[in-house]
Amino acid sequence: MVRALKVLVFVLCLVPVGILARGFFGAHPTDMSSWGQGLGANPLEVITHSTGDWTMRFLLITLAITPLRKITHLNWLIRFRRMLGLFAFFYGTLHLFTYLWFDKNFVLADILADVAKRRFITVGFSGFVLMIPLAVTSTAWAIRKMGGKRWQVLHRLIYFSAIAGVIHYIWLVKSDLTKPLQYGVILAALLLYRVAVWVWPKGPRKTVPVARTSAA
Amino acid sequence: MLIKKAADIRSSEVTPKSWYMDRRKFLTGSALAGAALVGEQLWSPSTVVQANDKIPNLQKSSFSTNEKQTPYKDITNYNNYYEFSTDKYEPASLAAKFKTRPWTVTIDGAVKKKQKLDVDSIIALAPPEERIYRHRCVEGWSIVVPWIGFSLSELIKKCDPLPKARFVEFTTLFDMAQMPGQQTSVLRWPYTEGLRMDEAMHPLTLLCFGLYGEVLPNQNGAPLRIVVPWKYGFKSAKAIVKISFVENQPPTAWNDATPREYGFYSNVNPHVDHPRWSQAKERRLGEFLKRDTLMFNGYDQVASMYSGMDLKKYF
Repeated sequence: MVRALKVLVFVLCLVPVGILARGFFGAHPTDMSSWGQGLGANPLEVITHSTGDWTMRFLLITLAITPLRKITHLNWLIRFRRMLGLFAFFYGTLHLFTYLWFDKNFVLADILADVAKRRFITVGFSGFVLMIPLAVTSTAWAIRKMGGKRWQVLHRLIYFSAIAGVIHYIWLVKSDLTKPLQYGVILAALLLYRVAVWVWPKGPRKTVPVARTSAA
Repeated sequence: MLIKKAADIRSSEVTPKSWYMDRRKFLTGSALAGAALVGEQLWSPSTVVQANDKIPNLQKSSFSTNEKQTPYKDITNYNNYYEFSTDKYEPASLAAKFKTRPWTVTIDGAVKKKQKLDVDSIIALAPPEERIYRHRCVEGWSIVVPWIGFSLSELIKKCDPLPKARFVEFTTLFDMAQMPGQQTSVLRWPYTEGLRMDEAMHPLTLLCFGLYGEVLPNQNGAPLRIVVPWKYGFKSAKAIVKISFVENQPPTAWNDATPREYGFYSNVNPHVDHPRWSQAKERRLGEFLKRDTLMFNGYDQVASMYSGMDLKKYF
């Protein structure tokens, strides 16, 4: 059952990139001069924004799995987390390469200058780099090798990756902060949930009987 | 408790039926009244002008570039027009019903004759020219546009500004009902822009009312806008309702919003970056890789207006 559902989710996760590819290559994929026309006036802007948006969305969906699992007690949800996280990495990679190729034409000097000088690129690039170790250690083998505790600590990097993503977005818009703030609010809720669980590990405080310590 | 809800349209706001039936006569009348003010022949007094009407007798201009023009579909469907939306793909549909007639432009400030001019009488001031200009957005993309209009100086000369007028301020229509973007506070409304007098008088500065041989589409700033091709696009105010001649540098919308990012001058300059991104290159719509941005967007003839000025300071 979960196996079949996994196949379905996998296919669904590919829909955004499928839509972009269909728009980009259009009705005449062999005619290079027609490329991009299905994506409006500025196809590369559409691709950059769409892959960026989906990176952010997959990061938030991945971060929503644990709260959702704990609240609903649907423990099988955890089995989708790795795939969703890897899709965040997948869209992040597409986003980064769109920039490296079409904005910078792979000119290393220009790229380094940009990463050093433009704070929205610095923070966005950092967010991506933080995802690399998570993608690399996403296998069951890596979990065994590292040990569950250490693996878990490492994978908390995703919090910083998502925070970096929101800041990256806030710093690049001209004046309309609506969308980056929407992501920010959702992320804040997901992170606050974790803080709450950490402060009150056994859920909202009930009247707990005071443990009797044996008198010295 | 009974809560009374006001009717959507108060009866006092409803146009009397007789006026409605006579609206064409009214429009023609007001257009003629406008024409009488300047005493010039109207361009087409008896019809209500709308987008896609052909503009006849276009003159060619030596200011035109022979670069490949951006397709009409892209110029009219990719618009930074925050009065309608911050999404560039939305103004095309949101502006479809925007009313561009009747339309008056107030001329005020330090001028001999303060007046209200009908837009069609302004358009009739000089023969329409096609000017194919490069247009560079501060965001880093560019297009090549066959605008139609004539030099703004033609209008300014007719207005007879006083010697103390050192700047010109342009005000865009403020009408939340028609321009839904104005219901948000992404910028302060109405949008205003400004030019120094010599910039406004420069022959390249275009008073524009057409595009691709036709009346300007609403999403591109109809019925009347300016085009200042050596400056970033936001300097070129759209849907202008007021032109004021002023003594001091006027406040401008983007400069008010973020003063350290958008200066009053905002000349296209590959050597002065936006604080957050580089301005050295641009993406010409239709091209995949970026091309170099040119100083003053390639309009070197304006350079003398800024000689001796530190363009990093006056960005």
